Amino acid sequence: MALLEVKDLKVRVEEREILHGLTLTVNEGEVHAIMGPNGSGKSTLSHVIAGKPGYEVTDGQILFKGEDLLEMSPDERAAKGVFLAFQYPVEIPGVATMTFLRTALNAQRKARGESEYSTPDFLKKVREVSKSLNIPQDMLKRGVNVGFSGGEKKRNEVLQMALFEPSLCILDEMDSGLDIDALRIAADGVNALRSPKRAMVVITHYQRLLNYIVPDVVHVMSKGRVVKSGAKDLALELEASGYAQFEDA
Amino acid sequence: MNLAVAKTGKGRAVSDLFASAEGRLPGSPGVAAVRREAFETYERLGLPHRRIEEWKYTDLRALVGEVLPLAAAPDAAALKRAADAVKAHAIEGARKLVLVDGVFAADLSDVKALSSEVGLKTLREVLADKANPAAGDLLRTTSTDAMISLNAAMATDGVMVSVADRTQLSAPIQLIHIATAAGASAFTRSHLRIGKGARATVVETFVAAGKASGYQVNDALILWIGDDADVAHIRLMDDAPDAVNVSSHFVTVGAAVKLNFFNMTTGAAVSRLQGFITLAGEGSELSANGVNLLQKTEHGDTTLVVDHAVPNCVSRETFRAVIDDRAHSVFQGRIIVRPDAQKTDGKMMTRALLLSDEAEADNKPELEIFADDVSCGHGATAGALDDSLLFYLKARGLPEKQAQALLIQAFVGEAIEQIADDALREHVIGIAERWLERRS
Repeated sequence: MALLEVKDLKVRVEEREILHGLTLTVNEGEVHAIMGPNGSGKSTLSHVIAGKPGYEVTDGQILFKGEDLLEMSPDERAAKGVFLAFQYPVEIPGVATMTFLRTALNAQRKARGESEYSTPDFLKKVREVSKSLNIPQDMLKRGVNVGFSGGEKKRNEVLQMALFEPSLCILDEMDSGLDIDALRIAADGVNALRSPKRAMVVITHYQRLLNYIVPDVVHVMSKGRVVKSGAKDLALELEASGYAQFEDA
Repeated sequence: MNLAVAKTGKGRAVSDLFASAEGRLPGSPGVAAVRREAFETYERLGLPHRRIEEWKYTDLRALVGEVLPLAAAPDAAALKRAADAVKAHAIEGARKLVLVDGVFAADLSDVKALSSEVGLKTLREVLADKANPAAGDLLRTTSTDAMISLNAAMATDGVMVSVADRTQLSAPIQLIHIATAAGASAFTRSHLRIGKGARATVVETFVAAGKASGYQVNDALILWIGDDADVAHIRLMDDAPDAVNVSSHFVTVGAAVKLNFFNMTTGAAVSRLQGFITLAGEGSELSANGVNLLQKTEHGDTTLVVDHAVPNCVSRETFRAVIDDRAHSVFQGRIIVRPDAQKTDGKMMTRALLLSDEAEADNKPELEIFADDVSCGHGATAGALDDSLLFYLKARGLPEKQAQALLIQAFVGEAIEQIADDALREHVIGIAERWLERRS
C-alpha cells in the first residue's frame, strides 16, 4: 500500500522555485534512497514533508496514508506518523532530554486519542532503546542535544524514531559529520527499525551510507525533480560516474 | 508645563490623602512629625514620572495617575476572605505572618509557633509605644524616593521580626500581603533582623483575596543581615491584574553572608520592585535573581541597586522577562563599587523574551566602578522564541502553544534554578507553569 505519494510537487522559497514537479511514491515496508548533488532539492523535499515554515507549495500534493499532508500542522503530521531525522538537530538548553522525549511522546499519543504513557513504562522503554543505541543515561538528563557530539545528536534522533514508532522515517543526510563508527551505530539503530509496516526515505549525497542502510529503491534528484529511479545498484553506478550525467537532464 | 498643570490639578487630592488618613496612622507625636516630614517630601516630588531618571521607564503619573485613599481596616467579612486567600497561597511548612489591607492579622498568622523562635512585634505597636523615642526611625531610610517617602508617611502596619544570633530557623517565614478592598491603598513597612550566624528563609507573597481589584500596594521591607548568616529571600508578587504594587527593599548585608534572593512578578497592572542592597561586610556572596512574566498591558519593573561598599564580595544577578501581548518589562540593574571595594566580583545578566510584536522590554544595566582591581560585567539581550527550536519541537508532535511553553520554561529556568532551596524552587516552577497554562 502506498504510504507516501508526492505528486507533481512544486515548491518555492522566497521567489525561487526549488522543486519543479516532483513525483515519488513510497510503499509500506520499503526503504528508498534519494541521492543527488547539493542544491538538487533533497532537503527541501524533506522539510516540506515535515511541514517546516518558509516553503510555499505552488502546485501538486502530498498524500500520507491517503490524507492530504499539506493541510496538517507539523505536530499533526508527527502524530500521524511522519518523522524527520534532522540533518542538524538543534540544541535546546534548559529542556532535559528525558522531559522532551516524554512530552513529545505523550503529545503524539494524546493527539491520536491514546492514553499517555505511565512513568515506569516510559522509563523502561527509554532505557531499552537507549541501551541498544549506546546512549548513556546521563546524556538523557542533559539539555536536548546540548554538548552532544555529532554522533550523539544523530543517535538521539534514532532514539526518538524508536520511541515514537513513526510509519514514515525521513533521514536527512544522516551521515553528515559522522565517522565510520558513529555511522555504524546510527545505521544499526535504523536497521533495527525496519519493518513491513514502516517505510524510510534516506536522503544522502554519498553512497557510503547505503552500505549500511541498504535501500530497496534509489532515486536520483537533480534540479528539483526525480530524474532516475532504480534498484540499489544505481547508487554504485553513481559512485563510479558521479552526478554530472544528470546535470543536463 | 504639563507637569505644573498636573500638580496643580492633583494638589488638593494629594493633601487630602494624608489629611484624611492622619488620624488613623499609628504613632506617638514624634512619629507623627516624621510622617508629616515624609509626606511633605512626597508632596513636593509628586508621583514619579519619566523625567526622574530612576523612574524613566516607569512613569507612575502616566501609568497610575493618582494614589488611592487609605484602605479601611479589614472587617470580619474581609478577614474571612483573606483567610481563604491565605489557604490558597500558604507555602507548605512555612510559618505565616499575614497583613490584610495593610493591617497585621494575628488570627491568620502563626504567632505562637513563631514567637518560640524569633522576636515578633507589629510595626503598629512599636510606633505607638510612647516610651520609645526612636520609634520614628523605623519610618526613616536613606532614600528620598517619592514612593518610599509616601510609604513612611502612610505606613499603617507591618511586622518586626528579629532572629537571634546563631538561630537556625526550623521553617521558612512567609509574609503574606492580602488585599481585600477595591479602590484603596495599603501601606506596609516591615523590619527583619537576621542575627549573626543565623539561618533563615523568608518568603513574601502579594495576592488579592477573592475578586478584590483596582487596589494599590506600597510596601517597604528593611532587612538587616548579620555576619556569617545564610539567608534565602523569595518574593512572589501576584496581585490582581488591575492592581498597582510598588515595593522597596533595603537590605544591609554583613560579612561572610550568603544571601540568595529571588523575585517573581506574575501580577498587577503596574508594578515595581526597587531593591537597594548594600554589601557592607567583606567576603559575602549575593545571588539576586528574578523573573517577570507579563501579559496583556501589564507593566513590570525590577530595579536593583547593588552597592559593593567593602572589598571581596561577589554578586551575581540573573533576570529573565517573558513579555506577551502589549506588556512592558523593565529591568534596571546598577552595580556600584566603592573606592575601597577592591576584588569585587559583580556580574549581571538579563534577557527578555518577546512573545508578541507589541511587547516591550527595557534593560538598563549600569556599572559605577570607583575601585581599580575589580571584575564586573553585565549583559542584556532581547529577542523572540527561536523558530528553529519551535519547529524541532513541533516536528516531534508538540502543538504550537505547548512547544512555546516548553521553551519559555527553559528560558525562565535559567533564573529559577538559582533558587538554592529545593522546595521553594519547585514552588516557583509551579507558578511559572500555571502562568503558562493560563496563557494557552
